[in-house]
Amino acid sequence: MAAIYSLYIINKSGGLIFYKDYGSAGRMDTNDSLRLASLWHSMHAISQQLSPISGCFGIELLQADTFDLHCFQSLTGTKFFVVCEPGTPHMENLLKHIYELYTDYVLKNPFYEMEMPIRCELFDISLAQAVQKERVSLLGR
Amino acid sequence: MAPAAPKSGDVIFASVDRVNAELFTLTYGAIVRQLITDLEEVEEVNKQLDQMGYNIGVRLVDEFLAKSSVSRCVDFRETADVIAKVGFKMFLGVTASVTNWDADGTTCSLILEDNPLVDFVELPDTCQGLHYCNILSGVVRGALEMVSMKTEVTWLRDMLRGDDVFELQVKLLKQVPEEYPYKDDE
Repeated sequence: MAAIYSLYIINKSGGLIFYKDYGSAGRMDTNDSLRLASLWHSMHAISQQLSPISGCFGIELLQADTFDLHCFQSLTGTKFFVVCEPGTPHMENLLKHIYELYTDYVLKNPFYEMEMPIRCELFDISLAQAVQKERVSLLGR
Repeated sequence: MAPAAPKSGDVIFASVDRVNAELFTLTYGAIVRQLITDLEEVEEVNKQLDQMGYNIGVRLVDEFLAKSSVSRCVDFRETADVIAKVGFKMFLGVTASVTNWDADGTTCSLILEDNPLVDFVELPDTCQGLHYCNILSGVVRGALEMVSMKTEVTWLRDMLRGDDVFELQVKLLKQVPEEYPYKDDE
């Protein structure tokens, strides 16, 4: 079964505002996850400049031997990326869906401070369901 | 995967959760009344409404982008069109029309013929300087700022002041480039 290893959300200035790992593979401690997030933020920015295609908006998919990294950047500059088993399908859709959950359960929470780490229980719950559903749809195929 | 096609304002409006329009109108009225009581000065109320709208706008824009699947606009003309046709419809249930473009395409007017915020409102003599819907101008300003457009948004016509429509002037001041400053000396 294809698995999602972890999910990251980075704010527009490159700070990690949300990190969640699923299962044991690729688990990281807090420092490593922060480091990876800011590294990805910079690489993403550099890739826009290096790309031979004009009007490129940065890396969307990084494929390695042991994982795939799918990244989605909203027009407001927030980045969502998910690390998963190589070849896991539907990840773009999952990221878009997570973006919608973020707008509903994080941004609409009046006590959430913009650009700050996300601590919203409703978001956690609906996120868990979304990731689960993704698994279910894969199992049903 | 091909990007999802942008949705029209009507489609999104039909799919999102809604509340009773009167509850919305009355809640907004209560907020404005409370602000007038608290701040006393009408000018201060205008400022406060604008600030509240701004705070809403910076959050709202992401929902708009997520649910409408619109892609990057080529120019400010397209931006204004999307705000009027999709944005207003999605959140307010009405569409605006875009007119009065200036020669450089940086200033335009959004015309609202119908505005649910003012359904039961009559401005008393003591509040003549009040821009009752000033929250809307703040929302537009806040939302555009998050997609790197600095704007100035002002009311030119107001039905509560006897005009025939609401006219919101949007002026693009500066487009902040999205590229990072890579020069070492900056």
